[in-house]
Amino acid sequence: MSFSIQDLQLILPEAFLLFAICAVIAVDLVIKPAQRDATHWLSIGVVVATLLLVIIDRSADARGFSGMFVHDAVARLLKVFILLVTIAVFVYARTYLKDRKLFVGEFHMLVLFAVLGMMLLVSAGSLVMIYVGLELLTLSSYALVALNRDSPLSSEAAMKYFVLGALASGILLYGMSMIYGATGTLDLQKIHAVASLAAGSSHQTLLAFGLVFLVAGIGFKFGAAPFHMWLPDVYQGSPTAVTTFIGSAPKIAAFGMAWRLLDGALGGLHPHWGEMLAVLAVLSLAIGNVVAIAQTNLKRMLAYSTISHVGFLLLGLANGTPSGYAAAMFYAIAYAIMSAAAFGSIQLLARAGFEAEEIDDFKGLNQRNPWYAFVVLLVMASLAGIPPLFGFFAKLLVLKAALDAGMLWLAIVAIVFAIVGAFYYLRVIKVMYFDPPETKDTLALPQDIPLRWVLSINGAALLFLGLFFGPLLSWCYRAMGAG
Amino acid sequence: MITLSHYIVLGTILFCISVAGIFINRKNVIVLLMSIELMLLAVNTNFVAFSRFLGNVDGQVFVFFILTVAAAESAIGLAILVTLFRNRATINVGELDSMKG
Repeated sequence: MSFSIQDLQLILPEAFLLFAICAVIAVDLVIKPAQRDATHWLSIGVVVATLLLVIIDRSADARGFSGMFVHDAVARLLKVFILLVTIAVFVYARTYLKDRKLFVGEFHMLVLFAVLGMMLLVSAGSLVMIYVGLELLTLSSYALVALNRDSPLSSEAAMKYFVLGALASGILLYGMSMIYGATGTLDLQKIHAVASLAAGSSHQTLLAFGLVFLVAGIGFKFGAAPFHMWLPDVYQGSPTAVTTFIGSAPKIAAFGMAWRLLDGALGGLHPHWGEMLAVLAVLSLAIGNVVAIAQTNLKRMLAYSTISHVGFLLLGLANGTPSGYAAAMFYAIAYAIMSAAAFGSIQLLARAGFEAEEIDDFKGLNQRNPWYAFVVLLVMASLAGIPPLFGFFAKLLVLKAALDAGMLWLAIVAIVFAIVGAFYYLRVIKVMYFDPPETKDTLALPQDIPLRWVLSINGAALLFLGLFFGPLLSWCYRAMGAG
Repeated sequence: MITLSHYIVLGTILFCISVAGIFINRKNVIVLLMSIELMLLAVNTNFVAFSRFLGNVDGQVFVFFILTVAAAESAIGLAILVTLFRNRATINVGELDSMKG
């Protein structure tokens, strides 16, 4: 164990974020509740500054702190989008939380700590770092879900999230202990070297057990069927501002974790975990898309849609090829951006005492406000995967990678369920454009200029990135070394 | 002579008891929290045993991290339990069913 001053250079964005969070806590402590906006803008400033530190960092790929921390192109790419999505989450949350008297410093701190956890998670080079980063993310998320202390729904959702999240961590850890026992090391790179050689050796059983537990733990964290029971309740029960957060950026981090563990550490066992992920992917696609049709609550519908999108993401991962990983990474980023916009538009329509979370609340939105109806149209069409939007190309890439890897049946199943899924997205569009509004009064949108602008930009980005997806795509391919 | 496999079997038994405790228990949320703690202890047993028999200290260092995080985890779990009891006046697992679909 030794570390040099160069190691500190590698974790500069994370170290900055940590000290900045402490500063935000101190500032929040001394200001009056009426000046809470200061905490809000300071938090956004901190995220923007961290983003700049990640972007301007042009240093070469390296491993620091005895291999605990990995600094590579994938980590940098994932961090950029985690931070970008977090900025949108903060902007969307302000008016919503103020209307519900939840605009407290805790929200900002917990989100920032969760972001720190995600940044460490995608840079993890050892099982210890994976665990610590993951727990920093999930412990903050449990507390965020319970943010509305006086809501029975919110605390029930938090309890379910806590119990199943802790179970998932336990299963993941049990798998890690087996892998440690089989390989004798916690370093992902060293595990990769040993685990590939171990095929046919006496440790094979231990390694196989560890792998099964690891995949189950990853499935739980993603919310893939059949480990999805917590996801709809948590999405529905938490305040929409929190749902926006836990439904968007953590999916990018979860991809990073799955990729580091499955490819980085256990790449040699791909024939085994590839099949397991394919089963999880098919189940997620089926359950997510079919059950979503029956939902009347928009947040719950989007939760089941998350499960189906996780199915697509796992389909990309199951390939085990660099182009499959690149497609899955592209998909995770696309999903996080779409999901932020979807929950952001629920927050735009919500007012004090009105959650706007039923699909019927969107009736006749086009007559009341054509521009935001168009933004929701873009979001829903993109989630459904209609060209030329962002979501279409994300699906296309995953399917193309699956076909290249010879997984024809999986690709066909994915397409069939994507078509089934288009029904419930199109229903929201139909309700907005063809149903009469339930009330005659004009839509009272919050006078929150940043919210309106960021949501409009987020919606427009789905169209823009759909038309000009080339740069992001080649960035993903370059980062994965897929040429 | 106690061998590595004895410890692995012990860890497995503890792990199975905790998983059964989470899925079979329909009465009390506190039992769920206890089961979660037991699961982490099963993992710790595994790590310490492997570490001892492999002659590699990394696993024991990992156990310190798990213990610390488990303490934070149960603090948050109990805090959520308090808000849950205040709002619902029950900690019966079977009654936590207000969301369906």
